[in-house]
Amino acid sequence: MKTLLAWFKRGRTAVIAVPYLWLLAFFLFPFLIVLKISVSDMEAVTFKDVLTFNEGIVQLTIKLSNYVFITEDDLYFLTYLSSLKYAAVTTILCLAIGYPFAYFMARAKPTRQPALLMLVMLPFWTSFLLRVYAWKGLLTENGWVAELLSFLKIDHVLLAFGLIPALDKYMNSPFSLVLGMVYTYLPFMILPLYGNLAKMDLRLLEAAADLGATAWVAFWKVTVPLSKAGIIAGSMLVFIPCVGEFVIPELLGGPQTLMIGRVLWDEFFSNNDWPMASTVAVVMILLILVPLAIFNRYQAQAQEARP
Amino acid sequence: MSGRRGLFSPGFIRGFAASWLGGGYLFLYLPIFALVFFSFSDSPVPNSWGGFTLKWYAALTRDAEIIAGLWLSLKVAFLTACGSVVLGTLAAFALVKYRKFSGRTLFNGMVSAPLVMPEVIIGLSLLLMLVSVQRVLGFPERGMMTIWFGHLLLGMAYATVVVQARLQDLPPQLEEAAMDLGARPWQVFTLVTLPMIAQALMSAWLLTFTLSLDDVVLSAFLSGPGSTTMPLVIFSRARLGLNPSVNAVATLIVLVVSIGVVAASLMIARAERKRAQDMAAAARGN
Repeated sequence: MKTLLAWFKRGRTAVIAVPYLWLLAFFLFPFLIVLKISVSDMEAVTFKDVLTFNEGIVQLTIKLSNYVFITEDDLYFLTYLSSLKYAAVTTILCLAIGYPFAYFMARAKPTRQPALLMLVMLPFWTSFLLRVYAWKGLLTENGWVAELLSFLKIDHVLLAFGLIPALDKYMNSPFSLVLGMVYTYLPFMILPLYGNLAKMDLRLLEAAADLGATAWVAFWKVTVPLSKAGIIAGSMLVFIPCVGEFVIPELLGGPQTLMIGRVLWDEFFSNNDWPMASTVAVVMILLILVPLAIFNRYQAQAQEARP
Repeated sequence: MSGRRGLFSPGFIRGFAASWLGGGYLFLYLPIFALVFFSFSDSPVPNSWGGFTLKWYAALTRDAEIIAGLWLSLKVAFLTACGSVVLGTLAAFALVKYRKFSGRTLFNGMVSAPLVMPEVIIGLSLLLMLVSVQRVLGFPERGMMTIWFGHLLLGMAYATVVVQARLQDLPPQLEEAAMDLGARPWQVFTLVTLPMIAQALMSAWLLTFTLSLDDVVLSAFLSGPGSTTMPLVIFSRARLGLNPSVNAVATLIVLVVSIGVVAASLMIARAERKRAQDMAAAARGN
């Protein structure tokens, strides 16, 4: 019994330690490196070390000029702002489309629900890159969706709001960017909402009806508050990655739509300015820190509140 | 749902629900359908129909760049899926079975953060870390292994969620009974726990495999000269404009993934039913 206990203890240590150390080394430690490099000086192709040993003297050189530059330069500020704006609009649209969708899925006949769920998951499994690329074909001239929107005269509305550059031109605009992001992230909103709504105790709605609530009132006073965890989890799953999205703005957004993920990419790949790219990353992490904390709390709750 | 004094008749609500779902699925599937449709179009611009052809598929077989990329992607995806399932299972076990250990909150945060963290941040920080390590130790060179590290980080997060959900639903009595009957912890795991979570491991493996096969951003940061994965090839072509070869690749991927996923889920559903029947039979005592 004693040896068994000892073995179990050792097993327990290994089970925790292996993934823990791996995450410390490959997730947390890299962030500290980024923080360090963001205050380092540029050198020919890479960066100088913050700590240098020079003739026995330890030198600490911290360069905050990148941070000063970012706060003073209007373009960076506007880009951060516009990334947050596009992410927020995408989240709201995903919620507006996804909530009724998940709700109707969860209230469909139980025998049909696995198939409906499968149909939401399937695009999620096929290449996201290729599905985003597909919108390029649909939205350029003669594309199916472009033709349909022009036929319905929706381009007049979009132009009036300044969402597209000209009539019958949909690509490389705020419209195509948000469309691509809503399309990509919609399943991330639907799945947690469905999981939440499908588990709901329907007797609560009967109780509400017995107490005289109409279906509409019961929906707002019972169903929506009970699905709060799903709403928050889904919104964070959409909002946080959207802030730093790179592939969708690159393929659908064109040069006019400012997104911080592309700025980081260009600083790194085009300008080879690693310290500046790191600074952009650090500020982005600061911006998503609060949403990230909310997500973690609800993720932990959702996982642990199960019976 | 029986709202008695509802604003709308039940028939209207049913119709509305059906059309909302229909519209949603149309939105999700229209781009995929268009990709497949225009891969057979004999036109250099793959959004207008120019008659049926298979020439883009024939061209694909001679496309050395795509084939090399596919081969590398498959290798990385295989290794990622295997590694993610192992690490994800360990992490899920740690979180489900051990309610209290020091640093659990940090651990939980680190496990789930890669699910939402923008990939440019993960890619950049991982690359800068590997470069710093390389400066000190002289390795690793950027290439297949560094891509694998990046994909593993992402894959582990997804695998943990999948396995954790399954572990939480397991009745603890079965493992306790095995312990009482004298099974050692390792035997309990391999004989009792593992068969019960096998389907979750299978889905986690498939999910992380497809995630890795699809990733652009992490691979772009972590790949070195000569290690270009298939999504990187596709991305560099898609950036320049519409390209029929991309449509042909897309069609093949959609085909393989749909068959794989549908087959796997049918298999999983059947295994689940069989297990339920066995359990019921065992409960009846025969």
